[in-house]
Amino acid sequence: MSVALVAMHRVSCAYGRDRALEDVSMVVEPGDFIGIVGPSGCGKTTLLRSILGTMQPCDGQVVRRERLKIGYVPQVETVDWQFPVTVREVVSMAKPTSRWSPWSTREERSTVDALLERLGVGGLAHRHIRELSGGQQQRVFIARALLRAPELLVLDEPTSGVDVRTRHEMLHLLAELNEPGLAVLVTTHDLNGLAAHLPHLMCLNRRVIAAGAPRMVLNPRVLEATFGAPMAVLEHAGMPLVVDDYTHFNDQLFRTKEA
Amino acid sequence: MESLLDPFQYLFFQKGMLVATIAGALCGVVGVYVVLRGMSYIGHGLSHAIFGGAAASSIISFNYFIGAGLWGLVSALMIGKVTRRKVIGSDAAIGVITTASFALGLALFATFGSARKSVDAVLFGSILGVSSTDIWALVGMSSFTAAVLVLNYRPLLFATFDPDVAAVSGVNTARVDALLMLVLAGSILVTMKIIGVLLIAALLVIPASIARLLTNSFARMLSYSGVIGALTGATGMYLSYHLNVSAGASIVLVGAVVFVVAFGATTMKRQVVVVG
Repeated sequence: MSVALVAMHRVSCAYGRDRALEDVSMVVEPGDFIGIVGPSGCGKTTLLRSILGTMQPCDGQVVRRERLKIGYVPQVETVDWQFPVTVREVVSMAKPTSRWSPWSTREERSTVDALLERLGVGGLAHRHIRELSGGQQQRVFIARALLRAPELLVLDEPTSGVDVRTRHEMLHLLAELNEPGLAVLVTTHDLNGLAAHLPHLMCLNRRVIAAGAPRMVLNPRVLEATFGAPMAVLEHAGMPLVVDDYTHFNDQLFRTKEA
Repeated sequence: MESLLDPFQYLFFQKGMLVATIAGALCGVVGVYVVLRGMSYIGHGLSHAIFGGAAASSIISFNYFIGAGLWGLVSALMIGKVTRRKVIGSDAAIGVITTASFALGLALFATFGSARKSVDAVLFGSILGVSSTDIWALVGMSSFTAAVLVLNYRPLLFATFDPDVAAVSGVNTARVDALLMLVLAGSILVTMKIIGVLLIAALLVIPASIARLLTNSFARMLSYSGVIGALTGATGMYLSYHLNVSAGASIVLVGAVVFVVAFGATTMKRQVVVVG
């Protein structure tokens, strides 16, 4: 039986008097690939912060495995793109070093190069981060998170603001990283592009609304409770496909027009 | 030719050139972190805060470097603590702490007028009146700063670029921030008598801003800023002799001119690239 990387027991978090998370329990085990979905302000980032240890719960307990190494990829919106830093500098800054010298060794440089190559951004090491495309920028920050050889990779909205192709590439990349056993935890509000393809989902709206395989949790009742708006679920190529449900709205609109 | 080398025959000028160059390099390097962390106002405020400590030390005849240094460190840590809280704007909080300290310094100088150090010397600097102790303090602080920045290069970069992720990745950001505040307060302390309270922020901000215009790499920005600080310090000091203006003002004006040239050149280069 594997030991959980992170276990949350009835965790609540608050900003002042406002509770952002209420009574949330979840377990992340080695090799898990979990998506956390919910609308903006539902507590996704707060949940991540409590897992990362940068926010203390006001109730409940977060237990992390001893000496757990977590790689964290923040939302790209939080990055200062004007900061003078090259791709190599971004990745290298995460390397813990006991050496006195600030310069990377040849071995460290080749580790960074190999990592960038593996993530499909090889040859960009000397470029400024602002000069890259959205997908390439995400890969650079994933490379930085992977440099410490984490057991858990946490990504906050990795497909926010990227095009369809980049979203597909990101999904494939995360699946590839998860394959050898790296646990991946990702927040998203992208239901069809990302969430529906993950093996396990948790629908969150301050509380856990539902958790399980996409086929189980992506249903109109859970989605309405999570997003606060009616949604319909179709099936396409054996996958659930979530669409906005305007039936009620249309009926009302036509009734008003006819009247 | 002889008149160009004329000032170098004077020992006070040689000393002035030495301290202007070292102080320029020191503030240039430290200024990179100040500029990239958006702490320019803290640098400005801290020099005003240290003024209060300088006044208090002078009144009670206590060692300037220890008294003003401790005062500056406490102010820097208070500022650091305030900036981490977001209840009130950090700029407003810095304004309260530093201007209160500055006002206290002015009040102390006004009340105990027989103080050894004049207000003018501290406000505007007196590069030609630096003592051997001042030079050694500057050299010592520069060496300490170099050691801190080299030994903590990656944690400092990580905590400056992305503090939240740095904290998650095992960087002790509180320690790194405190270390940077210590270096900043110490640098201001040893250069304050040279350039003066009112102009020291320029010495921190201008070389780093010029370096930022010239490169997109952090490592290169650090080295460029140090070199630019040293060169503008030496050039400003040299020109102050011939133009008969205060060294502090001359150094800052040279830096400002270089900034304008760099800004113009990089803007033109960008336009050429866009058109081409």
